[in-house]
Amino acid sequence: MEPLTSLQIAGYVFLQFIPVWVGMLVIFALSIMTKNRTGLYGKLFDSPIGMVGFALVLFWVLTAIFADAIMTHAALETASGMKNKLPGTPLRGAAEDDFQWYLFGGDNLARDVFSRMVAGSRIVLIIAPAATLFAFMVGITLGLPAGYFGGRADTILSFLANLVLAFPVILLFYLLVTPEIRAAGAEIRIWGGNTWVTSIPNILAAILFLFPILFLLILFQSRFFTQPMLRNILVAGTLLVGAWMYSGLAFNADPLGLLGMDPNLLNIFVSVVFVNSPTVFRIVRGLALDIQTRDYVAAAQTRGEGPWYIMLWEILPNARGPLIVDFCLRIGYTTILLGTLGFFGLGLSPESPDWGSTINEGRKLLTLYPHPALIPALALMSMVLGLNLLADGLREQSLKD
Amino acid sequence: MGRFILRRTGVMILTALCLTFIVFFMTNLHPNLEKLAKTEGNMRMTDEQVESWLVNRGYTQNVFVKYGQWLGVMPSPRFEVGEDVYTRCSRPGVALEDTGRFCGVLQGNFGFSTVFKGEVSDIIAKRLSLTGWLMLFVLIVMVPMALIIGILAGMREGSRTDRSLSTFAIATTATPEYVSGVIFVVLFASSRTGLSPILYEWGWIEKKTMFKGLASTAANDITFANFTLPVMALALYGVGYIARMTRASMAEVMTAQYIRTARLKGVSFRNIVMKHALRNALIAPFTVIMLQIPWLLTGVVIVETLFNYKGFGWTLVQAAGNNDIELLLGVSVVAVLVVLVTQLISDIGYVFLNPRIRVS
Repeated sequence: MEPLTSLQIAGYVFLQFIPVWVGMLVIFALSIMTKNRTGLYGKLFDSPIGMVGFALVLFWVLTAIFADAIMTHAALETASGMKNKLPGTPLRGAAEDDFQWYLFGGDNLARDVFSRMVAGSRIVLIIAPAATLFAFMVGITLGLPAGYFGGRADTILSFLANLVLAFPVILLFYLLVTPEIRAAGAEIRIWGGNTWVTSIPNILAAILFLFPILFLLILFQSRFFTQPMLRNILVAGTLLVGAWMYSGLAFNADPLGLLGMDPNLLNIFVSVVFVNSPTVFRIVRGLALDIQTRDYVAAAQTRGEGPWYIMLWEILPNARGPLIVDFCLRIGYTTILLGTLGFFGLGLSPESPDWGSTINEGRKLLTLYPHPALIPALALMSMVLGLNLLADGLREQSLKD
Repeated sequence: MGRFILRRTGVMILTALCLTFIVFFMTNLHPNLEKLAKTEGNMRMTDEQVESWLVNRGYTQNVFVKYGQWLGVMPSPRFEVGEDVYTRCSRPGVALEDTGRFCGVLQGNFGFSTVFKGEVSDIIAKRLSLTGWLMLFVLIVMVPMALIIGILAGMREGSRTDRSLSTFAIATTATPEYVSGVIFVVLFASSRTGLSPILYEWGWIEKKTMFKGLASTAANDITFANFTLPVMALALYGVGYIARMTRASMAEVMTAQYIRTARLKGVSFRNIVMKHALRNALIAPFTVIMLQIPWLLTGVVIVETLFNYKGFGWTLVQAAGNNDIELLLGVSVVAVLVVLVTQLISDIGYVFLNPRIRVS
């Protein structure tokens, strides 16, 4: 069989992405039709830059969702004779119902670059937003009281935040994401016959993963303590689900056996959350300092509302504009950080299809076979660009109010 | 002003102590020490042998005591291993009597690198000077480029120039060094893809590639061919951020009352920008540029690894990858100091440049 021409490659890639195109069309059509009723999200469709950004982000989100349908081969599958082959090379010895080509060529272990890129999007799009969300939970839970109450707690927390911020990120990763550090510590027997090592990443996980539960508990308690029935249901639900997820994620000892995190992944996740939360803390603290001088805060204080109610139900909703913008930017930054980790071969296993690791694998033969590194590099760039443009569009539209 | 600088310096020293202690603690975790014992002593040592190797060299002391010795505020104890007497100060070919009692960073003794077999301070000085050249060229390219983009964009907010330049700035912040580096190498430094084969065919360039994909030769001799790509990869990622800050600052200044007054008086737009707006608009970017230097540190590590330029960042990777504890500690001290000193300069510089700020 003949190798595909560039035009044919583009055509086949277009066909593979059909679920994504359909999804994008539907979402865009619905969003534009209802844009007058969806607030800030709807206004996004008035800004061309915001729309381009949203389209790029949506593309990668849908790619991650439909990854199984888009991938032409398995991410780890190797085929003989496909090592470093150029894009569009027909698959040698392909069975009847196999996809007949390597659309973006093969890498140095004869795996399909196209499928690995698609598989990588799934990893990146799960870790980056989740880590950013956790960082926001930590930053908000600590930043609001620091800004609102001030005083000694604020001084200590700010000093700690500055301490982490003064740490060169790359050095922190080299110290925090190593196999040795995962082994450093005593083994403790916990429930269900599981053991837990008191290593630094595990301890950090145990602390950082508490914050989302804490945040939700305070959120519900401060608002609904006057309605004990509703409050009890919400608090009990949070505690139940929280305890289950916490035991699975932080201790890798889910009693139901559903949730769990690979120690490598946990290490990366915790490091990224740890690096991001001080910045979020500073932003939230600054916003809390600014907003607490407003009249509606004074009105709430006069009404006799508790401090946590004011922080979480008066200040936080009014800080949402800058926070949403920063959330988008921060997912992009986290994606870059994850890529950096992969680039240095830290954390995830080397055969993982995430973009950073693939770039690291591909760069060794870069001048001879550029495609294995170039494809994930472009993928990463387009997604971060989409998030940055989206953030810019949101900022522009939210300032127009 | 004096008290402000004094207080900031005090906080800085406290931060430096905390950070170096954290690094010290994490590099001296037991599994790291075991690895060190096995690479320095013998790969096939039993657990007991490893333990006695560590005890003999004082690695099993309390971490605070070890930190004090490393810092040089506590005397380094002497250990007898067989017939040899060993202290932190001991070096091959130096009599023990010639060494001092305190052997820490404060005495200028950063230790001995196990990978490069040399004094940590010498290695760092040499590598740092190489990185200094890289940083110098990056700043020469990055700062004027960012300021020009920012000023042009912020001059007329919302214009077509502003929109396209802002989009360019956003695009650069979405391109980390390992992405732009890969793209640059593919475009300019590969004899099979990108522009080089086309230009070679046309006879415009003599060599097979426009630029070199490796900067290892730049350590001895910096040329246009071997240094352009690393410098561009580093500069590009930083440009966007500074440009956006400059733009915001410029746009804010352009809406100020005195600019409108000047305009109503009939001063030409060119003169307004050059004489009135620029000076005030450049205060904020100064801070950002200073704070960008620690940011460049991560980029330096990436670029030096990608282009195999054996500078400070490359040394960090080597030290961390080979468990060279003393070297990694030395590298961390320098990295932390760079961050803290640039923060201090940016704070003080901001106060100096902006007369409206009165420090309490």
